[in-house]
Formats: sequence, C-alpha cells, structure tokens
Amino acid sequence: MAVSSETVALLLGAEGNPFARRLRGATRAVRSIGRRPLGAFGLVTIAFVVLMALLGGALAPQNPLSTASFDFAHRMQGPSGAHWLGTDESGRDLLSQFLLGARVSLIVGLAAGIASAVIGSVVGICAGYFGGWVDRALTFLDDWFLVIPFVPFAVLMAALLQDDARRIPGGRTGIIVLVLAITGWAGTTRIVRAQVLSLREREFVERARSQGASHFWIMRRHILPNVMPIVWANSVLIVALSVLGEAGLSYFGLGDPDSFSWGTVLYNGFQAGAINQGAWWYVLPPGAAITLFVLAFFAVGQVIEDAAGPRARAR
Amino acid sequence: MMRLIAEKVTLALVTLAFVLTLNFFLFRAVGDPRNDLLRVPHMPAAERTHLIHERGLDRSLLDQYGIYVRNTLSGQLETSYHAGRPVTDVIGEALPNTLILALPATLLAALLGTWIGILSARRRGSAADGALTGASLTLYSMPEQFLAIAVVLVFSIWLKAFPSQLSEEPGSNAQGLSHVWDVTQHAVLPVLTLTASILASWSLIMRSSFSEAMHSDYMTTARAIGLSPRRAVLRHAVPNALLPVIALTAISLGYVVGGVIFIESVFSWPGIGQLTYDALLNRDLPVLQGVFLLTSAAVIFLNLLADLVIIALDPRVRAT
Amino acid sequence: MSDPVLRVDDLHVGYSIGGADVEIVSGVSFELQRGEALGLAGESGCGKTTTALAILQLLDPFLRRLSGTIDLTTENGVVHIHRRTERGMRDLRWAEISLVFQGALNALDPVQRISRQIGDAIRLHDPEADRAAVRERVRELLERVGISPERARQYPHEFSGGMRQRVMIALALACDPEVIIADEPTTALDVMTQAQVLALLEELRRDLGLALLLITHDLAVIAETCERVAVMYAGRIVETGPTATVFAVPQHPYTQRLLGAFPQVGTERALPPAIPGSPPDPADPPSGCRFHPRCHLAREACSHGEMALRPVGDDHESACLFAPLQQTAVGGGVR
Repeated sequence: MAVSSETVALLLGAEGNPFARRLRGATRAVRSIGRRPLGAFGLVTIAFVVLMALLGGALAPQNPLSTASFDFAHRMQGPSGAHWLGTDESGRDLLSQFLLGARVSLIVGLAAGIASAVIGSVVGICAGYFGGWVDRALTFLDDWFLVIPFVPFAVLMAALLQDDARRIPGGRTGIIVLVLAITGWAGTTRIVRAQVLSLREREFVERARSQGASHFWIMRRHILPNVMPIVWANSVLIVALSVLGEAGLSYFGLGDPDSFSWGTVLYNGFQAGAINQGAWWYVLPPGAAITLFVLAFFAVGQVIEDAAGPRARAR
Repeated sequence: MMRLIAEKVTLALVTLAFVLTLNFFLFRAVGDPRNDLLRVPHMPAAERTHLIHERGLDRSLLDQYGIYVRNTLSGQLETSYHAGRPVTDVIGEALPNTLILALPATLLAALLGTWIGILSARRRGSAADGALTGASLTLYSMPEQFLAIAVVLVFSIWLKAFPSQLSEEPGSNAQGLSHVWDVTQHAVLPVLTLTASILASWSLIMRSSFSEAMHSDYMTTARAIGLSPRRAVLRHAVPNALLPVIALTAISLGYVVGGVIFIESVFSWPGIGQLTYDALLNRDLPVLQGVFLLTSAAVIFLNLLADLVIIALDPRVRAT
Repeated sequence: MSDPVLRVDDLHVGYSIGGADVEIVSGVSFELQRGEALGLAGESGCGKTTTALAILQLLDPFLRRLSGTIDLTTENGVVHIHRRTERGMRDLRWAEISLVFQGALNALDPVQRISRQIGDAIRLHDPEADRAAVRERVRELLERVGISPERARQYPHEFSGGMRQRVMIALALACDPEVIIADEPTTALDVMTQAQVLALLEELRRDLGLALLLITHDLAVIAETCERVAVMYAGRIVETGPTATVFAVPQHPYTQRLLGAFPQVGTERALPPAIPGSPPDPADPPSGCRFHPRCHLAREACSHGEMALRPVGDDHESACLFAPLQQTAVGGGVR
C-alpha cells in the first residue's frame, strides 16, 4: 500500500517554509481527516494510545518492574475490582503492564519507523539521483530485502545479536529496533526513488550543476524537500508495521524481559499457559490493542488516499 | 522472450547467491564461530583444536566460504547444536508437517480470496464491500500469534470443538486411517487460522485487481457482444485480473512464511515454525540459518515461477 | 423515405436518490432510418453515451431507464427494447445492433488474440458454426476493414490506434447488424487516421446498407459523415434536421454557439467566443430551457415551461422559443 505524491499535496500546503504555515497546514489536514468517520476513529485511537504512553506510568496502579508487585497468592486471576485486567503468573497487575505496554510499543514503533524512513530515504535518493551502477546495485539490494521473508531473517539476525546485547545501545529493545529498521527500509526506498527519478529531470538540477553545486548540496536543497512529503505519508504505514513487527519479535522471546511492551505481555501470557487456562484477560487486551492501533493507521491512510481522489486510486 | 526468461532466471540465481553469501558472513560478522565451540563446557583443548580443524575453521575466510558454498549446494548444511544431527535432517523432518498446513491453507485462501474479490468488485462501494474490506484490514492488523491464540481460546478451550496442540494425540499408536483422522482433526484449527491470515492480505489484493478488471472497457465490449454478466466475468475479467494477482501474491509469500511460523508455534505443530521457535530458545544458530536459507530459496523460486507464468500468460510482457 | 429501423421516443434515463429521480437523459426522441447516418452531437456529459448504452441496455448498474420507449425494427418485426429482459437482449446485441467505441487499448481484451475476440462474437450468435467457417469469416471481416488477415492472431497492443479502431469496426460487423452505434470513434486519433476511419465507415455503410448512429462532440466529423444531426444539451435534444441545413442555418442558440466555437480555416484568426458558464448539474437543472443561463438570447419566458421540439423548416426542428432565428451564426461556421 504505497502512498502517491498527490495524496500528500493535501497534507502539506507549501514546501519548506515557515513553521507556522506548516502547522496550519497540518491542523487543516487533521481536521479534514477527522471529518470522515473512518478518519475520526483512526485519529482518536492513535491519540488515545499516545496519551496512554505519556500518562501510563503515572496512572498505573503498580510498577510491574518492582519486586513489590509480585503476589503469588493471587496469580492468574481474572478481572476484579482490585485488578481491572486481572493478574499474571506472578500475581502482578495486568492493567499496569498494559498501560506501560503502550509506551514501549509506541517508542519501539516510532524509533524503528523513523530509522526505516531515514535509511530508506537516503538509499532511495542516492539510487534515484546517481543512477547508473549505483542505482542498479541499490535497487538490487532493495528488491532483495523485499523478497526475503521477514520472520526467518529477523529472527536469525536478532539471535546473532543477542549475544552481544550488552554492546548494543538500548539492549535487547535496541536490537529489535535495529532489526526492524534493517528489514523495514526497503518499502520507502522504492517510492522515494521513483519520486527522485521524476525530479532529477527537472531544470533546476541542471542549473544547479552548471553553477557548480555539489551533489550533496543539490540533494539536500532541492531533492530532499520534494521527497519529504511522500516520506511522511509513507511513514504512517511504516510505524504501524513496525509495531506489528515488534509484537512478532517479542513473541519469540527476543524482547527485553525487563520491559513490558504489548508484544512482550502477549509472549508472557503464552509462556505462562494462559491459553490452556482460558485466561483470556491476559492475552486479549494487548492483542486487541495492537490490532486497533495498527488498524487506526490504516484507517487514516485510507482516508488520505480517498481524499486525494480517483487519480491516486487509479494506480 | 527467451532473453526475458534468461534475465529473470539470472536474477533469481543472483538473489539466491546473495542469500548464501549473507548467511555465511552474517554468522562470522557477529562473532568468531570458534567461540561457539566454547559453549560446551570443559572441552579439553586438544578436542577443541581437533574440532576447529575438522570444521575447517582454521582456514582462510575465502577457503571457508568456498567450503560453505560447496557444502550447501550439495545439501550438506551444518549440524544442529541442539539435536546433534545435520540441519538438513532436522528440517527435512519438519518440512512435510508444515506442508500439511501450508498447502491446504494457500489453496483455500486462493479460492476464497477469488470469490471475495469478485464479490467485492461487483458490489464496489456497497456496505457489503466495505464490511469485507474492513474485516480484511482488521485481520491484517492482527499479530498472527494473537489470531492463533484467539482461535485456540474460542474453538478449543471454550467450545472444545477441536484439539489445539501438536499434530496428534500424545502417546497414540494409531496407524493408517485412524492416524490420518487424528492428524486431520488436529490440523483443522491451524489450517483455518493460517487461511485467515493469508486471506487478510490476499483478499485485498484480489479485490482491487478484480475491481479494476471488472470495470474496464473490454467488459462493456464483452457485454455488448452478447455475453451474460457471468460469462463475461469468467472469460475476460478473471484472466486479466489474475495477472496482477499472481504478481502480488508472489510478493506476499514472505509474509505467508511468517504467518506459518507464528501459527505453528501457538499450536505446537511440529513443523518448520515450531522448529524455528525452539531453535531460538535453544540458541541453535545452524537451524536458524538453515530455515532462513530454505524459506528464502523457496520464496525466490516461487517468485521466479510467478514471473515465468506471467510471461507465459501476458502477451504485453512478451512484447518487450 | 424508408421506415425507421430504430426509434427512440421520450427516453428518460437516470437514477433515484433519496426518493427523487435525477435524470441524465431527459426526454430524448429520434428516429434512425434504414441505411441512414444520424449524428448525435453535444458536449461531453450531455447524455449522448448514456443514450447509446440505454439502447443496448448496458447502463451502469445504478442507472436505469425511467420512462420512454425504444423500438427496433428487425426482420422478425418490431422489437420493444424497453421491455426486453436481459436474456432477450443478449440475442439482440451484436446481431441487430452493435457498438463501436473509442479503440482505446482497453476496449479490447488485452490478453486475447483479435481472432478469438471476433470469433467469440460470431460463435455467440451462431453456435453451430464450425471452426473453419469462423476462421474464414474473421479473415473476411479483417480484409473488409483494411487489415491484413495475417494479423488475426495478434494481440490488441500490437496494433496502432487507428488500426485498433478498424479492428473494433470489424468486430462490430461480425454478426451483420442492422444498426451500428459509434461512440466517439475518432477521438484520440490524429486527423489523417480520422479521415481514414470515417471513410471506412462511410464505405461500409453504403455497401452493407447499415444505419449508423454517430455520437461525437466533434462537429466536423458529423458534417463529414452524417445526413442528419440531432444536437443534445443537458440530456435533451435541442435541434434536429439535415446536417447541411442545421449547420448552415442553426435554429437553436446552443447550436449556433457550438458552430461558432469551431475555427474556420481561411477566416480571420480570432479566438472564437467561448460559451459562458458550464453545463448544468443533472441533479439540479435549470427550469424551463436548460440552456437559458448561458444563452445570448435568453428572456424571462425561457425559464418556464416545456421546451418541446417544434418544426422550423423542412424536416428541421428546434426547441428554442424564438425559432426561426434571424441571426444564424456567431463567429465562424461549418461549410
């Protein structure tokens, strides 16, 4: 599901201009998205999750990381007045884990999403701008990463890096971000490259070259601003997929055992035999939360696509 | 056309070669494989030196690469840490089980996806279309393990309709038909879950592809010459819609592989997925490499197949 | 004067929304004589294509015939198309009336050979035909339209735009229809190819005695090919008559404007006066004469009442209240 440049003409009015104008453009965009019921659902959900991420720590009745939260007498209990989402296998409050999960999931999703977008854009710009064998080599790499099945590759990489978890910033969570970034940049490259190819032919590049501008200067001054809108629009999708990816990798136990992302909670539940015990309260909230969060991004993306009109949809 | 085919085949081979090379260097980039031998505690130095020499780890990197490629191509992969047997054997045992799930699921997903695609395309913009699209997107947004867990909870724990663990009743000595029946019962839930997971992306692909085909001008021509709506769809829309469908489903195969892995692990189904899961737990890197190699090769091969099918079916592609 | 092979009477086509009917075609009537070429002229969006599709019952699912009759005279008597079921229409389509539209790449199935597509049409209406006969007929048809029969096994994308249009014409002739409806057959073709395609249509019409309903916004094409013309605006016919007469002394302000908008080689190089405003929204059309908001002759009376076609000359009708008009040209004209 790529997003075309027409769709983004909506989002940002002018290119590379004062902050105020961008802010106004963004507010306008948000408002027009929110007008459609699908868009409203998407924005509200995302806002809700962000809120949870920000306030979760303060609102959580318990700190699951502290040993004080262990309470083996009340393990694996369903929702009750004391514990709205029940307790886990160590008696810890699941609501707290859920609220904290929002923060970690969001952070990982954002970090991986931004990293993917950055790598993807750089590669895409270089491929499109320089052309020739550079383009061929980078495109081959891009296609390769798109063909390779994500899970076996990611799992292998994560496993290899695990041993050096201490050396990598962010520890095991950092590994997840790294692996997601490495496996996630390829989609962005494709659309960025296409955009750059269309820009490269334009006169201002010729003119700049004849004036002696360096490649780097042209890329930064002319190519980048024209490419950013489409990267922004695509990032919406990438962040959503990164959240899904994090859930997947956490499920393999690759997550940080000392942190609680939604994916990790899901993993813990599975390991604790929540399924066999019918402990739906353990696995349903994080799973549903991830689903709704990702769905929200798709919903917003769909509204943007629709608004851009049949021209974009015709592709 | 032959040139086009040669190009595609070459590209597939180069891609595969890259997989092999990456596999080799990845392993060594993150650490010296000689250190892996340190896993075994209290290994006498002499034995360690012997093993190092046996595995060729004291040779130059290029030599090692050469050995690696030769071995891999002759089907001789490394030895599983955990099982102590060649990875090829371990994977070879697990693969048929995965195919028991994957083949029916892809078939079902293809049939259902086509049906949904045509239905949605015909009623484009209607409430039914919106509902189907929404359902597909929701499935797509679900982490596969969550879907599997939900299925197990509902159908196995609460409804007690189907078993949910392993591929057969533990400790059963059933033979022949009753064994087949046992396995089939155990396969129902995983297959359905996998089908739903694949369907999530395929139905969206099919919907957009059929929608475009069914509203094309040649459909008006087809109806105008006197074809009934049904025959017009079958004779013109379907063949045209299939081309992008083949291309896009080939691209989504990597995603399908991931789905299989998650679903097998939830159901403890003894296939490649479960193998991967266990390997990860046991730090069995050779197995993980083997799985990566196998699944990548499979996906590359299937993509090549799809490309060749499109060349065969689409006259416009042959013209270039 | 021969009898009409196709007669459309007070046709209304549209859709219902919220209980009210929105009309795309609002009371269109015309007769197509056997062997005659009738041009249906008008801007895009005026309902010409919808009329054509209505005749073949090929409207988009959300559109339907609201009222009016469509009668086709076949060798088996008069057929009331407006009462035909879908199954009944399938027998009629192509065998009695066929359609030629813009030979865009997608008007023909891009993944099937030309021979198969033409062959399909033949076999649909003659299930007994054997393979050899069908193959022979396909070759014959291609030759007729000036395409080498060797190209029968080629695919649509292997033909140029003009050649593709010829293929569409060959397809249209496959079952020996009485009527051919050509919808913008020459748009998107260059002038040279246009002339060739039009000449071909004319030749076939003469040789086979076909009746041709030519739908286009291009008045030059109509002047070239059609004996009679009907001018459409906003779902209604505003003027009909012999082409020469209507183009020489147009009796409706809209026709006048259309002709004025047509640049004439040899006259002064001035920008022809554009028609102010834009076509009305079918959901909210102007009352009375639909053209009156943009008309240079508009008066108070124009916004009330039914604007029916009235005779203003020999076989010449106009829907304008003020016809017969004195000043008959605005800007250039078509000769």
